[in-house]
Amino acid sequence: MRTDATKINEKTPYEDLTEGLMMFAGGTAKEFMTGEWRTDTPIFLKEKCRQCLLCVPTCPDGCIPVMDGKRLAFDYDHCKGCGICYKNCPFGAIEMREGAEAPKE
Amino acid sequence: METPIRQRMSGNEAVSEAIRQVNPDVMPAFPITPSTEIPQMVSTFIANGQVDTEFIPVESEHSAMSAAIGSEAAGARTMTATSSAGLALMWEELLLAASNRLPIALTLVNRTLSGPININCDHSDSMGARDTGWIQIYAENNQEVYDNYIQAFPIAEDKRVHLPIMICQDGFITSHAVENIQLLPDAPVKAFVGDYDPEEYLLNPGKPIAIGPYSISAYAMEAKKAQAVAMENAREVILEVAERFYQMSGRKYGFFESYRMEDAEYCMLLIGSAAGTAKEAVDELREQGFKVGVLKIRVFRPFPEKEIAEALKGCKAVAIMDRVESYNGCCGPLGSEVTAGLFRNKVMIETVCYTYGLAGRDFTTTHVKEIFGALKALVEEGKPIPHNQYIGLRTRS
Repeated sequence: MRTDATKINEKTPYEDLTEGLMMFAGGTAKEFMTGEWRTDTPIFLKEKCRQCLLCVPTCPDGCIPVMDGKRLAFDYDHCKGCGICYKNCPFGAIEMREGAEAPKE
Repeated sequence: METPIRQRMSGNEAVSEAIRQVNPDVMPAFPITPSTEIPQMVSTFIANGQVDTEFIPVESEHSAMSAAIGSEAAGARTMTATSSAGLALMWEELLLAASNRLPIALTLVNRTLSGPININCDHSDSMGARDTGWIQIYAENNQEVYDNYIQAFPIAEDKRVHLPIMICQDGFITSHAVENIQLLPDAPVKAFVGDYDPEEYLLNPGKPIAIGPYSISAYAMEAKKAQAVAMENAREVILEVAERFYQMSGRKYGFFESYRMEDAEYCMLLIGSAAGTAKEAVDELREQGFKVGVLKIRVFRPFPEKEIAEALKGCKAVAIMDRVESYNGCCGPLGSEVTAGLFRNKVMIETVCYTYGLAGRDFTTTHVKEIFGALKALVEEGKPIPHNQYIGLRTRS
C-alpha cells in the first residue's frame, strides 16, 4: 500500500502512518525548508563572479543551482548559511551578511 | 508429513544446514566464538555451489548489521550470525533493523558478555538485547534450533509482523555438542519458507521509497506504537507458523514447552539447554512421587505473559531461573517479567528467583533436585529461601 506523504500530517493517527515511517517517494528533502535554520546569509555579487563554479561542489546542501554552465542565485529555501562557498570563492564574489534575511531579487 | 532424514550434528551444523536449505540472498557476517562455524560452513556451501547466497566479509559486527539492514531494505532476504560482544557491537543497528521493520534473521549463539572475558554460555548477550524490538526464539537443543530457523523467515516476513528475528542457541552446550537430529528434505523446507517477495524495497525501479527518515516528536511516538503492535501481532503468526511446521514435520512448538506440568505442584521455569537437565531431574523425582514439572520458554519476545500465568496457576511454587545477571539488585529478566506477569494475572503462587550457569558454570540434575526440595520446604514448612541465589557458587559458609 503506497501512501501519499502529503496526506500525512501531525494529526494522522498512528494506525494510518506508513510502516517504519517509510516515504513512498524520492527527493522529499526539498519539501523541508532548512533555510529557516540560517543565522548568516551569503550574498552573490554577480559583477565580481567569473563563473569558475568552485562554489557549487563545496555547498553541502546543493543550494547553488547551475544552468548552461553558469551559477544562478542562491536557493535560500535550503541554504543554512554555513559560509563554505564564501570561504572558497577566489574572487570575493560572495559576501556574508549577519541575519537570516535573503536579499530581494 | 515428510519422512525425516536421521543425522547427527552439532547445533552450529544444524542451523547451517537450515541456512543451506533456505538459501538466503545475502549474509554479511564477522566471526566470533562460538558462532564462527556458521559463516564458515555457509562459505563452504557457497564455494561448493550448493547455495547462491552473497557473502559479505565485513570488518566488524557493526558493519555486519549495517550491511544486513542495507541489504534487507534493498529487497534481499538477509541473515547473519553472531555471539556475545558481536551482538553488543550491533546494538545501535539492532534497533534500526526493528524500527525500519526489516525482517532480518540473526542466528545467535549465546555467549556471556565480558567481563570477566569468557567464551562460554550464558544469556547476557541476547537478554541485554531483549528490548531492541527483535523477536527472540530460544532452543533447547540442535533439533530445536534447526526447526526454529526454518520457521524464522515465515514469522519475520509476515505482513502483520515485518520485524527482525533472533534464533538463539546455547554456546558450546548446543552449538558444539553433537546430538541426534531429524532433518527435513530440501524441497518441503524450501516450499515452507517460500520465495521472498517484499512489497516495497529500495531496488524497485519506478517505485522509489525512502527508509528511516528523520522523525520529529509529532511522529516518532506513533511509529514506536505501530512497532509495538507488530510485536503483539507476532504472537498469532508464531503460532500459525508453528502449526504449519507441525503439519510438515510432526514436531509441535508453541510459546513454551510444558513438561510434565499437568498435575505439577512445583515448577522450574527456564530457557535453553538447561531445560534438558531439568527434565532429567524431573523424571527422576516423578518416580519418587514428587509432582514436579518444567516450563521451558521458547518465545521470549513477544513475551507470553498471560499464557505463562495460565500454565503456572495450578502450581504451589515456581523456581524462575535466569542465566544472566541483571545487576539491578533484584533478579534477572525472566524473574522480573514472570513475577510481574503472575501478579498482573492474579496468579499468587510462591515465586523464587535463581541465577545459574553464568559464563558456562555447570548446572546439574543435583542442583535441580535441591531447588525442588527447597521449594517444597518453603511451601510445606515455611522454610524461607534467600532471594536470587547463585547456583553452584563457592561461598565461605
